Amino acid sequence: MNSFSRRHRPTAAVLISLAVAAGVTACGSGSGGGTEGADSGTYTVWDPYPQFAQGSAWTKLLDKCGTAAGVKIKRTGFDTSDLTNKALLAAQQGNSPDILVVDNPVVSTLAEAGVLTTTDDNKLDTSKVDPNLLAAGQSGGKTYGTPIGANTLALYYNKKVLKEAGVDIASVKDWASLTAALEKVKKVGKKGITFSAIGTEEGSFQFLPWFWGADAKLTRLDSAQGESALALWKGWVKSGVAPNSVLSNTQTTSWQEFATGEYAFAENGTWQLANAEKAGFDYGVLPIPGASGGSAAAPTGGEFVTLPVQDDTGRYTTAQKLATCLTSTQNLYDTDTTLSYVAPTTEVQDKQVAANAELKPWVAAVKAAKGRTSDDLGTKYPKISEQMWKAVQSALSGSKSPKDALTDAQSAVK
Amino acid sequence: MTQTTQVPRPRTDSEGAAPETRRRPASPQWAAWAFLAPVTLYLLLFYAYPLYRNIDLSLRHYTVRSFVRGDAPFTGLDNYRKIFDDPTFAPALLHTVVFTAVCLVFQYAIGLALAVFFHQNFRLSATLRALFLVPWLLPLIVSASTWSWMLNSDSGIVNAVLHAVGIAPVNWLTSPSWSLTSVIIANIWIGVPFNLVVLHSGLQSIPTSLYEAAALDGANAWQRFWRITFPLLRPVSAITLLLGLVYTLKVFDIIWIMTKGGPADSSTTFATWSYQLGFGNLLPAFGPGAAVGNLLVLAALVFGLVYVRAQRKQALS
Repeated sequence: MNSFSRRHRPTAAVLISLAVAAGVTACGSGSGGGTEGADSGTYTVWDPYPQFAQGSAWTKLLDKCGTAAGVKIKRTGFDTSDLTNKALLAAQQGNSPDILVVDNPVVSTLAEAGVLTTTDDNKLDTSKVDPNLLAAGQSGGKTYGTPIGANTLALYYNKKVLKEAGVDIASVKDWASLTAALEKVKKVGKKGITFSAIGTEEGSFQFLPWFWGADAKLTRLDSAQGESALALWKGWVKSGVAPNSVLSNTQTTSWQEFATGEYAFAENGTWQLANAEKAGFDYGVLPIPGASGGSAAAPTGGEFVTLPVQDDTGRYTTAQKLATCLTSTQNLYDTDTTLSYVAPTTEVQDKQVAANAELKPWVAAVKAAKGRTSDDLGTKYPKISEQMWKAVQSALSGSKSPKDALTDAQSAVK
Repeated sequence: MTQTTQVPRPRTDSEGAAPETRRRPASPQWAAWAFLAPVTLYLLLFYAYPLYRNIDLSLRHYTVRSFVRGDAPFTGLDNYRKIFDDPTFAPALLHTVVFTAVCLVFQYAIGLALAVFFHQNFRLSATLRALFLVPWLLPLIVSASTWSWMLNSDSGIVNAVLHAVGIAPVNWLTSPSWSLTSVIIANIWIGVPFNLVVLHSGLQSIPTSLYEAAALDGANAWQRFWRITFPLLRPVSAITLLLGLVYTLKVFDIIWIMTKGGPADSSTTFATWSYQLGFGNLLPAFGPGAAVGNLLVLAALVFGLVYVRAQRKQALS
């Protein structure tokens, strides 16, 4: 369910120097399956869940919603990284799907491209959704879809390692106490913390809780607060409580490090819960602490259900019915349980916690989380994020000081 | 296409002269064109059009909005100016040149040495030669992932070996001073088999009588290599180096899988930069990405022309 692990897998077809043109045109001819040519009784759904094959709970749900609305569903699952380009190309060709389930930071990009209808147009009801989650799909005062589920980051910890090091998890309340705990772990020969600081969106995603935890703002990367967050990471890598491999870790490889049982802490997401059960050691989950206590805001992950613009505006009514069905209370509960996500509405969240008490810290984390494209950053976010992950890489690899790295990043954003 | 289906008919003897009179009005030129049509169409569709699109992309200001609407304004060489001014340009150019040159030199030298070695046809030489082809046969994603595991700072086997012999671990992929070296090493390993195969087959076309004559004249192994093998291999060497150059210029997957061009652009080449611009961000910058791609195409083209020229000169002399 980790959308990032799929995002940057290189597609063999686009490796050559002609990648840009060849990739675009090759995809263009292959992206059939839109509404064009499909009869009016068939509605197309694109989602980023290729792991769900025909006959899985997800496709059954789609069919059920289709039957309820009196239409047939044609569903295609794409790799997350492919989906953005595919959606843009389909819009260019005028054959967008009726329902597009897409990663939340992409929504504002697609909205900017004019690919998505607003909830004013498609009459989708978003009143029950937690506002902090919905914000990722809003830009310019308009809402472009509704979340199907949310995930976010927190700290997993290995109880056994902490016990060996004599760390009481209750004492970990802010950055200073966390660093002190890491030092203690290092003293007994275990490893402190692992995270992902890779040079992709994933790196920014993982850095954001610390960045926001220091009260820094994305609109100003080179603030003293931002610098303190980067200095914290840099200090961990320098003193060896975090491994040097964080620079090349994806969230999946970072999880693999934690799963060895050698690490006290790992920053990772809701989607690892199922793997945590399999890891074979006692673990706990802690919201990421803010610089001086409290919980830091972590970025929200998870997908939005959106309705792309159609030439035939008559299709919106049925598409809206389908989207409403997919995000109804019972269906949200089922889908989010399968995806190991936290539901976007309080009603379903309560139900999830009642069924599985271990989700409690996650629900709290999601409530405190913040969309990356929120605060009306929209399409400014990708540019800021790219400079941010570059700054993190420069600082951790030692090619620049945290201050210089962030100053350069801020001037590159402008 | 109807022309092509008629062509085989006259071959059947039973029909005799009748079809020939029928064919006469249509000029044989037409049949020739019909035969050419599929390949021409193929070339236009899969080579000329993408190339045209790439040039077109690089000359327009694309945003996601104008990409969908297809109304991107023509901005001339703006994208090229943008990439020339980009702080990534100079390091990317340097890395591309260093990466290509170092890879070519080592791949060729090691490949040639191995080719000469295997040319002696000792026992098991065929088996060993086959083993050397393994890097070539592995899918790039497999070999690149394996390299990145091996070179991992904390859990990689390379650092474990270094530790065993008492050398401090090296941050192969995560230190700006080592990342380019690491991808170069991996790429040399992948490129050697190609050089070995081509040069080995080149060696086989050198007549043994020359070596025998040289041996009679008292030439030692060193002299035989420099006076016979090397000069006679020149045409094969030239094409190997040219193909290697084109191949190395556009190497993308190894670098992307191992370092993503990082950390901090320290292993970014034009190929990874082009991808980064076009696809590596939530907000794609197709225009500048295409511009960087075109620079690569241009570089490959220039070297191709140099090769053609050199060959013509050789043919004339």
